[in-house]
Amino acid sequence: MAYNFKEVMSKPERLAPGHRMCAGCGGTIAVRTVLRALKEGDKAVIGNATGCLEVSTFMYPYTSYEDSYIHNAFENAGATLSGVETAYHALKKRGKISDNYKFITFGGDGGTYDIGLQSLSGAMERNHDMVYVCYDNGAYMNTGIQRSSATPMYADTTTTPAGKCSNGKMQNRKDLASILAAHDIPYVAQSTFTPTMKDLYVKSEKAIYTPGAAFLNVMAPCPRGWRYDAADIMDICKLAVETCYWPLFEVVEGRWILNYEPKKKLPIEDFLRTQGRFKHLFKPENEHLLVQYQEEVDRRWEDLLFKCSR
Amino acid sequence: MSIRERMSGNEAVSYAIKQVNPDVMPAFPITPSTEIPQMVSTYISNGEIDTEFIPVESEHSSMSATIGASAAGARALTATSSCGLAFMWETLYIAASDRLPIVLCLVNRALTGPININCDHSDSMGARDSGWMQIYAETNQEAYDNFIMSYRITEHKDVMLPLMTCMDGFITSHAVENIELLETEEVRKFVGEYNPENYLLNAEMPMAVGPYANSPFYMETKMNQRIAMQNAKKVILDVAAEFEKISGRKYGLFEEYYLDDAEYAVVMIGSAAGTTKDAIDNLRSQGIKAGLLKIRVFRPFPDTEIAAALKGKKVVAILDRCEGNSATGGPLGAEVKAALYDSGANTVAVNYIYGIGGRDYTVEDAENLFNELIDIGNGKKQPEQFKYIGLRK
Repeated sequence: MAYNFKEVMSKPERLAPGHRMCAGCGGTIAVRTVLRALKEGDKAVIGNATGCLEVSTFMYPYTSYEDSYIHNAFENAGATLSGVETAYHALKKRGKISDNYKFITFGGDGGTYDIGLQSLSGAMERNHDMVYVCYDNGAYMNTGIQRSSATPMYADTTTTPAGKCSNGKMQNRKDLASILAAHDIPYVAQSTFTPTMKDLYVKSEKAIYTPGAAFLNVMAPCPRGWRYDAADIMDICKLAVETCYWPLFEVVEGRWILNYEPKKKLPIEDFLRTQGRFKHLFKPENEHLLVQYQEEVDRRWEDLLFKCSR
Repeated sequence: MSIRERMSGNEAVSYAIKQVNPDVMPAFPITPSTEIPQMVSTYISNGEIDTEFIPVESEHSSMSATIGASAAGARALTATSSCGLAFMWETLYIAASDRLPIVLCLVNRALTGPININCDHSDSMGARDSGWMQIYAETNQEAYDNFIMSYRITEHKDVMLPLMTCMDGFITSHAVENIELLETEEVRKFVGEYNPENYLLNAEMPMAVGPYANSPFYMETKMNQRIAMQNAKKVILDVAAEFEKISGRKYGLFEEYYLDDAEYAVVMIGSAAGTTKDAIDNLRSQGIKAGLLKIRVFRPFPDTEIAAALKGKKVVAILDRCEGNSATGGPLGAEVKAALYDSGANTVAVNYIYGIGGRDYTVEDAENLFNELIDIGNGKKQPEQFKYIGLRK
């Protein structure tokens, strides 16, 4: 479908300004982009797991959302919205409501990869007509940058601090998009912010308007946790894609599709160097860790290419 | 026109759900409440009702989805027992503070540690401070009647709080007894349509639910919940009075059985009240003035009403089907004693623990209990607080 940057960006905002998220936060960029993909006449109920986004956009008595919104708890955004979506069908069937509603829920990686994984898995397996959007900033940022299963290897977090005896988080990050694809739901996609925002916008539109369950995993950098200058966010996202650290892909009805292949794959150092959380990797004695890091990125990239070649 | 039937408690509650035909029911199986979602699913599969059932992957999700459905504007409910309720614990508080008129059919069962599938009240007593109303049944008839009255209470504008309708696991949920059912049309007329004031799917006025509310607002939220809980007492009685008109069955905050002139009284909750009533019949025939106060409504707690009903009794035994783990007694004991103290009563009150994990409580146990109360009343025996009834020797 045609993407008109000017037209898309001129659509009315459904997340009002004045919320209390940090300057340069990827979370709100993700929310605004996803909500822009709603057709203007359509109504929506927005769900939200506990996290930065929730405590900063719905502080009683103010809400930043133009649409109806529900926050329940940290670990149950999937189940909560499945209840809302089912109520919609029940009330529509009984002639109590007539408008068209879409159901979109947002969770950070803590509420999605970790504490909310069961609730998400259940909602997706039941194939509720909803979109779950994970804004993945790779740690529990709301409580102060603790590691999550989305935290990349060797990241310095407050529960995996780099120190004399540690190089940060010792494990690889969980591949959540693959786990959701294995739920055999109609639509799964991985995205982040590209210069025109086309990738995320188009995927959001597909996710919202594909009947049944859809999952979007959106890399949404956090200036506090990643330790970068707020103005650098778009460059960091670009490097994540160009190094194949964060590939852009879709899984449509079980078919894997690669959306972007860099002409020249950049070395992973180019992405890692932009962020303070990986600073310790650039000490001369840690060169072997960078080699290992590159090997892991390559392994995952090859695996993705294989999936997309079938 | 009432219908005479024979049903278990689970059948009776499921039948009541069928008659009410709510909008959404998420549920996850757990013994001994499993039959309720099974029966409701069967009604749906056979086209007898058009409730939307969500087969969730856990009780945590069943309460979470029930909250979502209720906030969206649906009449919603779920059913569970024991660990299922414990798993919902966090969201129980959320349902109450969101002021959602949810109904939860609780089939009381012991909480695990060690795992035990039989009846006690440790599950609902654990949730007693969550902001939910709690109404308990002694029989399948009461379980049926309580469910039919429930939405009239929860959806009342002065209340708007969730409600647990509780019955004893296996004893009430599985035992088949005679029951009188109402005609479905009459039930639907009594319950009425649900037309919420504010809800997520209101196209005219979007709504936001579940805010972050720190110290400037949290306390007022709790105060409003407290006022609603206080209002609930009157609403429960008003609804019961209306229900009596269609059913002929009378319900209060508690039931008094030979209590008026009793010198020795037992206070308890649930199915074992029937056993105590049998013992009272035997003792009364021997000229012993024994009586019972069976609590029906535990939340809101009818403190002044209980104290007034127990006024002037020589000795009162408060029976908890739950270990309070406070090292000083059970929750019912603590609350009834506090009510007596506040009323200035000088009644001797003794707290007993009985029936936990499904331990039998027999007519003989109840008779022995009254005899012990008489000995305490006569000064022959010192009251031993916090004693277990039927403990293995």
